[in-house]
Amino acid sequence: MSLRAIDSAPNGTPAPAPERNPGFDLDLGWLRAIRMNRSALERRGATIGKRRTVKKQWQAAWLLKAITLIDLTALNGDDTKGRIERLCAKARHPVRDDILAKLGAQNLPIRPGAVCVYHGFVPVAVAALKGSGIPVAAVSTGFPAGLSPLKTKIAEIEASVKAGAQEIDVVIERHFVLNGDWRGLYRQMKAFRAACGPAHLKTILAVGELATLNNVARASLVCMLAGADFIKTSTGKEKTNATLPVSLAMIRMIRWFEDETGVKIGYKPAGGISSAKTALEYMALVKEELGTEWLNPHLFRFGASSLLTDIERQLEHNAFGRYAADYRQPLV
Amino acid sequence: MNIAAIFETLDYGPAPEGAAQAEAWLDSHDRSFGHFIGGKWTKPARPFATKNPATGDTLAKITDGTTADINRAVKSAREAFSGWGALSGFERAKYLYALARALQKNSRLFAVLETLDNGKPIRESRDADIPLAARHFYHHAGWAQHLERKFPDRVPYGVCGQIIPWNFPLLMLSWKIAPALAAGNTVVLKPAEFTPLTALLFAEVCQQIGLPPGVVNIVTGAGETGAALVAHKDVNKIAFTGSTEVGKAIRKVTAGTGKGLSLELGGKGPYIVFDDADVDSAIEGLVDAIWFNQGQVCCAGSRLLVHEAIEARFIKKLKTRMSKLRIGDPLDKAIDIGALIDPIQLKRINDLLAAGEKQGCIRFQPEGPLPKKGTFMKPTLITGVSPGHTLFQEEIFGPVLVALSFRTPEEAVALANNSKYGLAATIWSENINLALDIAPKIKAGVVWINCANQFDAAVGFGGYRESGFGREGGREGMTAYLKPAFEKELAPAPVAAAPKPPTGFLSGDIDRTAKMYIGGKQARGDGGYARPVIAPDGTPVGDVAEGNRKDIRNAVEAARKALKWADAHAHVRAQILYFLGENLSYRRAEFADRLRAMTGATKDAAKREVDLSVERLFAFAGWADKYDGAIHNPPVRAIAAAMVEPLGVIAITAPDEAPLLAAISLLAPAVAMGNPVVLVPSATHPLSMTDFYQVLETSDVPAGVVNIVSGDAFELSKVLAEHDGVDGLWFAGPAKECAEMERLSVGNLKQTWTTRGLGFDWTDKTIMEGEYFLERATQIKNIWVPYGA
Repeated sequence: MSLRAIDSAPNGTPAPAPERNPGFDLDLGWLRAIRMNRSALERRGATIGKRRTVKKQWQAAWLLKAITLIDLTALNGDDTKGRIERLCAKARHPVRDDILAKLGAQNLPIRPGAVCVYHGFVPVAVAALKGSGIPVAAVSTGFPAGLSPLKTKIAEIEASVKAGAQEIDVVIERHFVLNGDWRGLYRQMKAFRAACGPAHLKTILAVGELATLNNVARASLVCMLAGADFIKTSTGKEKTNATLPVSLAMIRMIRWFEDETGVKIGYKPAGGISSAKTALEYMALVKEELGTEWLNPHLFRFGASSLLTDIERQLEHNAFGRYAADYRQPLV
Repeated sequence: MNIAAIFETLDYGPAPEGAAQAEAWLDSHDRSFGHFIGGKWTKPARPFATKNPATGDTLAKITDGTTADINRAVKSAREAFSGWGALSGFERAKYLYALARALQKNSRLFAVLETLDNGKPIRESRDADIPLAARHFYHHAGWAQHLERKFPDRVPYGVCGQIIPWNFPLLMLSWKIAPALAAGNTVVLKPAEFTPLTALLFAEVCQQIGLPPGVVNIVTGAGETGAALVAHKDVNKIAFTGSTEVGKAIRKVTAGTGKGLSLELGGKGPYIVFDDADVDSAIEGLVDAIWFNQGQVCCAGSRLLVHEAIEARFIKKLKTRMSKLRIGDPLDKAIDIGALIDPIQLKRINDLLAAGEKQGCIRFQPEGPLPKKGTFMKPTLITGVSPGHTLFQEEIFGPVLVALSFRTPEEAVALANNSKYGLAATIWSENINLALDIAPKIKAGVVWINCANQFDAAVGFGGYRESGFGREGGREGMTAYLKPAFEKELAPAPVAAAPKPPTGFLSGDIDRTAKMYIGGKQARGDGGYARPVIAPDGTPVGDVAEGNRKDIRNAVEAARKALKWADAHAHVRAQILYFLGENLSYRRAEFADRLRAMTGATKDAAKREVDLSVERLFAFAGWADKYDGAIHNPPVRAIAAAMVEPLGVIAITAPDEAPLLAAISLLAPAVAMGNPVVLVPSATHPLSMTDFYQVLETSDVPAGVVNIVSGDAFELSKVLAEHDGVDGLWFAGPAKECAEMERLSVGNLKQTWTTRGLGFDWTDKTIMEGEYFLERATQIKNIWVPYGA
């Protein structure tokens, strides 16, 4: 693969290694070389949780880490200011002090990767999280179907960034993928990336509507070439959301992208990840396929809300040795 | 380590499976075991230790079985046989079902015990060995009940002697015992000396479910115990899984005994990755293929053949993946590679690697420490290999992968088949055209497309070539424990009266010298000698060429060149057989006259023999496109296609009786199924078959598909039996000669069928026009094709 970084200096002096994905030319040859075997990916997905497990203090440490990887999310039609404020309060204080103390984790920086809301609640969340260091992410571009006019979508991104969102979760138009219009997808993503400015671009592929794992992988690559900082599975509104086989298709494209460009892209599975056990399987998969360095909020996020409560329950069990009930964890 | 530190490193930490119940079970037997014979435990004697390979600790003392123990066990199995066989299929099914349930109920105990005794990761014993074993009993409960419906003309062998290896102790036990019992046999099973414990726990389970005493007998011990079992006169069938070396020894010992035999032996499986494969998945597949069970798997994908265009990238990715494999305590739930079975094995592998490095091979092993004690070994990749290297050819039976590149699909096939083994193969390609083109070309009993090491009770498993014969699993596996009912009724063949000395000389118009027929041409004998053919009354009938070793060599060469006969459409093979029948029919008066002159048969008898021969050709022409395979039903989303494939070159030695009909009866099914044939006609009555080449010549039979070498049938057949280019040997003759053929066939483990000196009724249409020889002319290849968009 011969790739040209778009931002590289023209006079031959290499630009300083960018932290962010600079974006690359669309490479249709690379796209055509992609092969994803569904059965094999399903097999790998089905065995990862059997090949890897963590127990005792290892489990506790991994679960605490998992909390730092959560985009604590509220994307419901009936969200209100009060609901978002409660979510942000939980983000500031995700685990009960007695649990953290018992685990000896009171000094660890345990807080979620971001709080993720609709554009309309960005100011509420920004205000509620002020001083916490927790970024606000906004879903954008006509979430969840992504079929608003392009101008509107770009304006929406710009408005969210202006309102203080540091991360923008955009959705792709699925027809680009289903009809193989890779140029169309690439162009739109580039426009989104430009609109984001300093905010990080997370592209939602809506994998449940892309039909095949090859499509998922191709869409992943096009978004990465266009400059995505993160690729994300789902809006949570499709029939099927994040799964381990889909994750493998995306993770392996991230790995391939790094092999070819040296640029590390983040991964965000979203939708349906609600148990601590599932979260640990995802983390093991990422550790095995991408490496431990990916297990930090710059490169990996869970899009979830109820997951936190289950993790808390498991942590309480880990700390005190008796099973915990969800109603005793402060509501998300 | 405290949580704050782990929070940074995100290490896995230990995750041990408890062994308390397994230890308690061992203690409940005072860690000392006798045999399980006739439903009872014998007193422990002649103890040897079985050890935990991960620690070297002795787990229990096991009894080393003597010939007397084997005698007792066989006697008990014999006594149980009549009662067990008399049970209804449903009654036997209930026992097999109970065994399946018992394995499930005690699954963790079995798994932990297996891991303690064998050293394999608990993940594998828990998720593969034990569930597959239970599934085997479930599946075969069904066969027990449907036996008479699906196999109406077959009967159980009787007492089966079964010898199993140490790599999958309980799973191999289930592969042996479940079909044997379903078919109505009783068994004496000898587990491997390294890993007897789960077999002994299984014996206890047999007691608990109330299996009738003597139906399953377990005798522990080493090679000598196994040898006593193989040699026992009252054992009717031997089933062995293990090394090719021991398999060959068993083949020799059982030659001429009439014992049924199935062998599941070594392998050196090719793992072919084309440039259009899902490369990452192919690498993950290699983890299943060669680092499953520490690579101690006969069907391991141990020879990586990767398309040159992607070789560098593939090897780089592979090394990265290898570095992620976790080696250590097999009882740890997050371990990929456990302990090898025994220090002897570890030394053997390291010696092989050292020798390989001397030959110029390059060894890669990932960084990182190994546990201080126990027989652990790192996953190993060998590059710089060529087909001449020992490491490419010999089965290593350890976590060692050798890698080689290829340029074209044709070259991939050639490299894959460049092996004396033929057990299993893997093909990775996202192109269905390519994958399905390659699968039939690989000489292997199992082909996995885009997957590796898939097993199921419903799908046959077994080898080509020196990987053995017979299948385990599925319908084809059941046939290994059943024999045709008519064989039990056969009486010794009548001994033909010695011919009278020749009276005078040949008379007639123009000399007609029968030649041999090789590669589609009439051929003079290499030796330049002729052999007179004399009627029973002493009348000279003609001469045939006296064939020798070189004629056999030429004939086999011609037959091997005609192996593509297998690729001819079944319809084409049928057409040619019909045409043969048509042309023989056209000349039936002449053939009848010849038979009368040569054998002294009555006019009617001679005419009948020719008519039946025509009918037989038609029968197998009819079979050519109907004896086909099946699609099995494993519990995964895949097509598991059981394809019927020819054996390859089949050598046929026809009997003296019915010299035309018997030869045609053997020739026709072999040719119908796509096997080129080297035929040695009756030594005393060869002329019908030398006449037959004129029929061959007029019937569009491609050159080399049928080759005829006349002469001393026994001497010529010996050369064929020893010939590595012959894949199957069918020999009709006296019992002693049959035994000799079975012995001599051991070199390349060719599949044999002999009359064992018994008189087959060649006129019996039920048998002779049926599937009896079709089954022997073919082998089943199971191709797994998982799918999903």
